[in-house]
Amino acid sequence: MLQPKFTPPTAAELKKRRQAIPDRLAQRCPVCGKTFFRFQAGRCMTCPGCGYALRITARKRVKLLFDTFAETHADITVPDRFTDPAYRAKIAQAEKKTKLKESVLTGWATIADQRFAAGIMDPFFIMGSLGSATGEKITRLFEDATKAHAPVVLFTASGGARMQEGIVSLMQMAKVSQAVAAHSAAGLLYITVLCDPTTGGVTASFAQQGDIILAEPHALVGFAGRRVIEQTIHAQLPADFQRAETVLEHGFIDAIVPRDQQKTVLARLLRWHQPAPAKAVTSA
Amino acid sequence: MKTQREHRAYAAVQAARATTKIPIQTLIDDLVTDFFPLHGDRTGGDDPALIGGIGQLGDLPITIVGIQKGATTQENIARHFGSALPEGYRKALRLMKEAAKFRRPVLALINTPGAFPDKHSEDFGQGEAIARCLLEGMQLPTPILSVIVGEGGSGGALALACGDEVWMFQHSTYAILSPEGYASIMWKDATRAPEAAAKLGLTPKELLAEHIVDRVVTEVANADQAQDLAKAIHARLTGLLALSPEDLLARRHARYRHF
Repeated sequence: MLQPKFTPPTAAELKKRRQAIPDRLAQRCPVCGKTFFRFQAGRCMTCPGCGYALRITARKRVKLLFDTFAETHADITVPDRFTDPAYRAKIAQAEKKTKLKESVLTGWATIADQRFAAGIMDPFFIMGSLGSATGEKITRLFEDATKAHAPVVLFTASGGARMQEGIVSLMQMAKVSQAVAAHSAAGLLYITVLCDPTTGGVTASFAQQGDIILAEPHALVGFAGRRVIEQTIHAQLPADFQRAETVLEHGFIDAIVPRDQQKTVLARLLRWHQPAPAKAVTSA
Repeated sequence: MKTQREHRAYAAVQAARATTKIPIQTLIDDLVTDFFPLHGDRTGGDDPALIGGIGQLGDLPITIVGIQKGATTQENIARHFGSALPEGYRKALRLMKEAAKFRRPVLALINTPGAFPDKHSEDFGQGEAIARCLLEGMQLPTPILSVIVGEGGSGGALALACGDEVWMFQHSTYAILSPEGYASIMWKDATRAPEAAAKLGLTPKELLAEHIVDRVVTEVANADQAQDLAKAIHARLTGLLALSPEDLLARRHARYRHF
């Protein structure tokens, strides 16, 4: 009898083959829709089709951009008084995903020997939402920088206020704003880098309070949510609505900087704003 | 089944939204004499939802900024149902800065479901307008007293409620989001608003306990009832005016730092 040319694999063999394929090998760009292999996104995690800077964790961003980084206030986390089990479960899941205890990572960083206070929000920690501990960490970031007479660079990525914490979350907008004001009054530089997504209460406070406001390509930047607006005006919004490029056109962003150029740009901006020694600030 | 707590919370929301609620313009006319409205944000717009001007409160000239809903449908459309545009927040900040220049106290009267969510507002920087109210408004060296008269919704209310004291009418609410919005975000079901209202802790009593607000005042429905409120506001503003600008700002800073 003739040997069959092709022996179909058994179910067990198929399963084994499937398991040998790594997960998340390919991905689809949420902006242009192109499907690409992850390695094509490169070290900077950028869509090879449209240049969209994909969402990354705060820890990954630190590795990508900074020459050195020393974390501060690492232990500040969601206060115990929030006991809702569903919320607690979300926090536990977020901690595992991001290796953070709140939605922002803060510390002292250097780029090309320029030292600054750095804050990096993590979109994978409950959508980077602004909890009371997030607000506390960012407030301390500005207070530390004011004390040390240093600039602040803050990467925002947030869905806005954290609903689970109610009105206390709203108060963080005011708390952080006054820390930003004190830092500014000391004549110090504050740069924000708006990452995807920067919305709601974060846009309506510290994200839009920088001396220089940069953004990543195609980042979503806005205040109200698309769905809420469409329900209000009973019309579809254009695809480029609330994209960084549109916001730039309307005058609310200084420049859009692709991820692979951010280090160079930040180094240059920081060099131009080197804080004068505290004593020399008052002019004659 | 609505629990009693949910029932109470949602009743408070409905009372805050009641069409019988005193309009901000009427309240202004009842509180001060010779009110003189001032218009425009000086960047190209004048938001009808945001009333601003100067009036005489006893021996004090004061600046008033208020977010006003409409009494009729037509008025409501003109005023975006009491939701301010970026032009409105810029106008408020401009008037507050002007007040600070002359060390005139500011009274903010709030009845808004939140900043207006439409394409125009987004394109003209709703986020930036509110962010600037917080960044610059909070540093103005003149007394700022805010009174939430009806609804106090989200960042759109906070922009005018970040001064030295925040008071609430007996039948008013203050929350991170409307109960409908909260229910829609958290449970994708806007009909669970009563449950959301209970979770949000938006009643004056709850907010007073959390030190989010400093005082709950008796509801004002007419000119007579407004006199007690006028007296209370006058007394508080006079007290705050007695502080040096440094002490005033230090006190204000401490108020928000502990949240």
